[in-house]
Amino acid sequence: MRTRTMEISVGIFILAGIIALAVLALKVSGLSLSPAKPTYKLYAQFSDLGGLSVRGRVSIAGVTVGRITDIQLDTDRMVALVEMEIDQSVDTLTVDSIASIRTEGLLGEKFIDISVGGDPEYLADGDTIIDTQSALSIERLVSNFASSLGK
Amino acid sequence: MLDSLQRLGKSGLETLSTLGRAGIFLVNGLFVVPSLRGFPLFVRQLFSVGVLSLPIIVVSALFIGMVLGLQGYNILVDYGSESAIGPMVALTLVRELGPVVTALLFAGRAGSALTAEIGLMKATEQISSMEMIGVDPMRRIVAPRLLAGFVAMPLLALIFNAVGIWGGMMVGVEWLGVYEGSFWNNMKASVDFGEDVLNGIIKSVVFGVVCTWIAVFQGYNLIPTSEGISNATTKTVVISSLAVLGLDFILTAVMFGDF
Repeated sequence: MRTRTMEISVGIFILAGIIALAVLALKVSGLSLSPAKPTYKLYAQFSDLGGLSVRGRVSIAGVTVGRITDIQLDTDRMVALVEMEIDQSVDTLTVDSIASIRTEGLLGEKFIDISVGGDPEYLADGDTIIDTQSALSIERLVSNFASSLGK
Repeated sequence: MLDSLQRLGKSGLETLSTLGRAGIFLVNGLFVVPSLRGFPLFVRQLFSVGVLSLPIIVVSALFIGMVLGLQGYNILVDYGSESAIGPMVALTLVRELGPVVTALLFAGRAGSALTAEIGLMKATEQISSMEMIGVDPMRRIVAPRLLAGFVAMPLLALIFNAVGIWGGMMVGVEWLGVYEGSFWNNMKASVDFGEDVLNGIIKSVVFGVVCTWIAVFQGYNLIPTSEGISNATTKTVVISSLAVLGLDFILTAVMFGDF
């Protein structure tokens, strides 16, 4: 009987470890068991990322619709080329949509916000968003302000 | 001058030969042919190194998580970004504190017990009498303990992480009033399963192997006197702790360092 209680407690211990792993996977790291939603790729060029990073989120009106998968330097034009994965369900982004880099709160993570325009044509897989707004740099604002004061 | 050189050489040779014996010991202990009859022995050891270590692991994890929440909040609130407390607590625990503190506690709680137990078996000549009646002590004593340690340590580290994050959430969300949604969502956004959780598990597996190996070898290798047992137990804790901290730096540099 004593070995039985011991074996049961070992079983509970192993189960607790597995549950902890599941919690870490699902709740903490946000790993999803359901198959990945179909996505399509969009590109956008920015002159200044201001700390935007891969895995950052892409949102429309504050709702997350995708994430940033790659950031590269376009060596021809010397601008940053950002690759985004957008949920297939959001397929009505117009060609004149504007992608802008925003900050969550004052010091939070940088993310890309897309505001949809009114053009009848939609962006397809692999298209590039032409209209972009780079990150708002407080340093640049201050230096612009200071130089305009000097004039 | 020559004498001190000789002493240095001698201690170097001794260290090397101990390392070599420890290596052979590990291989011998692991590569015994496993049999179903040995399984109850393994379960018994899993009970004594795993289940009996649970209380200290859970309590420490709870307090460490709560302290992380409290300290993190006090630092982050100055910058108005107290919602970053979730990622801070989770990343600290999953990447570093979970595996390392669990390994240190494991060395103190289970490692010392393993050394003392095997040491006493050796001192009371149980091991040599086992050999006499034809039972392989490697198989009967060493292998189940090694395997149980290897299995128990990652499980304990996982439980530590989960409990610690829960402690951090209790302090951050329930007590200090960080929004629960931003706590979990920021955490999910910055913790990556492969990069953070899996690397943490790899760390805890390495620490489990090292701690158990050192503990069992120290026990098997000690001088069978009461002084020898006490020395070996102390050594187990000291060497395991140093090995864990040193290895942690190397593993962190390999896993998270950018090179």
